[in-house]
Amino acid sequence: MEIIVTDLLCIGAGLAGERVAVEAASAGFEVICLSIVPPRRSHSSAAQGGMQASLGSCCMGEGDCPQVHFEDTVKGSDWGCDQEVARLFVETAPVAVREMAFWGTPWNRVVAGPSTYYKGGKQFEKVEASEREGLITARDFGGTAKWRTCYTSDGTGHTLLYTMDNKVVELGVKVHDRTEAIALIHDGTTCTGAVARCLKTGDLRIYLAKATLIATGGFGKIYRETTNAVINDGSGAVLAIDTGIVPIGNPEAIQFHPTGIVPTNILVTEGCRGDGGTLLDVNKERFMPQYEPKKAELASRDVVSRWMTHHIRKGLGVKSPYGDHLWLDIRHLGVQHIRTKLREVDEICHNFLGIDPVKDLIPVRPAQHYTMSGVRTNKDGAAYGLKGLFSAGEAACWDLHGFNRLGGNSLAETVVAGKIVGEKVVEFLHGYETSFSTSIALAAAKLQQERISRIVNCKDGKENVFAVRNAMQDELMERVGIFRNGKDLGAAVDNLQKIHERAQRVGLRSNGVGANPELALAIKIRGMLRLALCVAYAALLRTESRGCHAREDYEERNDRDWLKRTLATWNEGSDLPVLDYEPVSKIFDLPPGERGYGVCKIISCDGGVIGA
Amino acid sequence: MGRKLTFEIFRYNPKDPKSVPHTDGFQLEETDSMTLFIALARIREEQDPSLQFDFCCRAGICGSCAMVINGRPGLACKTLTRELPERIILMPLPVFKLIGDLSVDTGTWFRAMNEKVGSWIHTDKAFDPAAQEERMENAVAEEIYELERCVECGCCVAACGTANMREDFVGAVALNRIARFMLDPRDSRTEKEYFDVIGTDEGIFGCMGLLACEDVCPKNLPLQDQLGILRRKMGWTALKNLFSFKRT
Repeated sequence: MEIIVTDLLCIGAGLAGERVAVEAASAGFEVICLSIVPPRRSHSSAAQGGMQASLGSCCMGEGDCPQVHFEDTVKGSDWGCDQEVARLFVETAPVAVREMAFWGTPWNRVVAGPSTYYKGGKQFEKVEASEREGLITARDFGGTAKWRTCYTSDGTGHTLLYTMDNKVVELGVKVHDRTEAIALIHDGTTCTGAVARCLKTGDLRIYLAKATLIATGGFGKIYRETTNAVINDGSGAVLAIDTGIVPIGNPEAIQFHPTGIVPTNILVTEGCRGDGGTLLDVNKERFMPQYEPKKAELASRDVVSRWMTHHIRKGLGVKSPYGDHLWLDIRHLGVQHIRTKLREVDEICHNFLGIDPVKDLIPVRPAQHYTMSGVRTNKDGAAYGLKGLFSAGEAACWDLHGFNRLGGNSLAETVVAGKIVGEKVVEFLHGYETSFSTSIALAAAKLQQERISRIVNCKDGKENVFAVRNAMQDELMERVGIFRNGKDLGAAVDNLQKIHERAQRVGLRSNGVGANPELALAIKIRGMLRLALCVAYAALLRTESRGCHAREDYEERNDRDWLKRTLATWNEGSDLPVLDYEPVSKIFDLPPGERGYGVCKIISCDGGVIGA
Repeated sequence: MGRKLTFEIFRYNPKDPKSVPHTDGFQLEETDSMTLFIALARIREEQDPSLQFDFCCRAGICGSCAMVINGRPGLACKTLTRELPERIILMPLPVFKLIGDLSVDTGTWFRAMNEKVGSWIHTDKAFDPAAQEERMENAVAEEIYELERCVECGCCVAACGTANMREDFVGAVALNRIARFMLDPRDSRTEKEYFDVIGTDEGIFGCMGLLACEDVCPKNLPLQDQLGILRRKMGWTALKNLFSFKRT
């Protein structure tokens, strides 16, 4: 079997993976990135709206600074984030934005003079100062006190990813695209690389590395209705779970985005609401101001998604063959703004809905969007449990987002965490030597080869892998969604355990030869079920409501008992994860309090009760 | 009841010694707002799980799913079946190496292209983390973004007469990329340096001006204009080179 040796193995070549790769390559280390698609197709490219950084250059961002960004982020997370990490992040974000500008990102810039903008459907005027002309500008996003989201039209992720991959090409970093890591190589204490399957030929390869990074993005595809790309199936989280050692942090922390289009769940950016778009119901009336008088459509995503679901449940949704939905209205922003600043949205509306957003309303409803959850790391990005293993970006639970991520903080996290973790990986690699054991590596590869052979030859059964995946997606969608309760979550855990059993009896209907797509899914379906069980079981046990985790039977945020992070690991042969807990943060620069949006009763740390 | 669609799909698995290139037929009832993404996923899940094709974002953003749809290169994810006749013929993109069925290796091709044209900001300056960013006019940023919207899907290459005849032609995608960097004040390359990369028959002078690239570009990039501008600029640079050569 082919064995490839390198200093750093980046599993995933989206923004986070490539940013770490750039840092290590710049320091002279040999880096190989694995990517299941050509790197520029990574899901980072689909992030439309922008990246938060407190430059404070536009007039609506005046007075912004890392401290204000910090407070927004901690409140957004519903005090679920690690405040040390949040601090590090907000202080690095402005440098990271400027670095991307230096490398070529065409950020939109401040244009001096008066211009109009919309808020809540009403028109206002602002005047940009001439001394700030040409600096990087920003737009408004949900849950923020200032206009802080830097952008290039609504193709920010695309331009950042192209800039980053240009850097990767310039530095000569090797990218093995269409290669999927299927198991980590480790001896129980140290990680030394991964076993990977070539998606061009179907062959297995061994990668041996001093440091290994998981940067595979989120795992939205365990849900039926998600804005995520088809590749976001959690293969990185599965690598960690399968070790039995490395924990998944807060698996229950799953974000729903308010504006997926109906029926395809393609995202239209939060920039629509940030730029002044409104949400309307069946009567074409705005409803957010009645629930959130201050922030209205620009409360955080968890809050807006909940109110939308609540409003639909009240019977005020718009009926459609694909279920009830609401309307997003950006017509008043005008043709000029829509065709330039919301260009992707415009294209998506034309291509997938056959409507013109300049004249028509856009059908939307909340869809799964982001996993705050991920491979648990310390603030340096080093994974718990295995030396030499790191993680960054959406794949990681670093933990910047706690129980709700703010719009614009994920793109920012990819390049900021990529930069910080990249520096730490370089520190780690300096002077670090390890020994590669071919017997451990070959044993890991052999295990995978045998598994694959059993699946191809239907040795364990003939379960249809697509049917198993659909059953899992339905289960999570129906019972582990926006609103949750003990009864449904209990049923979801029982049902997922049965589906997990079926996943172990999957057998192919096709021959499995070469780059066979049925086999690719069959290899990871067991791990996806384990991940689904982590989500459902952790949600069942968390008897409070925090951020995106909204329990109908425990409506209060309970800081007395639940100011802690779930850590889920999986023992081989088991049918449930082992859940452990740790404090959410060592420091509390911003002590737990009210967010200022989203009605919530709070049981405070001393047991007192705040709010309704 | 929707229309009954017939798909004729190119099939070949180079890794399977028993496989020979051929076409397979599949039938599917059309549903509301059906795209080729929905149709192909259903064919794979319900009829033939070995069928190879590429989708990623399924929203027209990532450029993964280009294929030849009834004779015309396009992104499958944003192609609605209602815009097609009942008989739909799907072929893999030409020029790129076949991986299997409708899946081709665009990654290797585009990496080589990016290396060849030096698709990054060339500068002698070093990044200063303590400094404010260099200013740029917003209009310039928007002009750059206009060309930066390319998603490297490969449609322009597949539809190009020259690229189909000569392997070394860089394609409209590469020329557009060069045009993007020429606009960028952060890039210090001179016209002479750009000329060294694309002032040949592999580059701008290989273009026959058929302009199918612009016709099929799913992002509606202004490729015709860019090719025209580049040809003029590089033509002038060629003349200048000629005279400066004579003087020495």
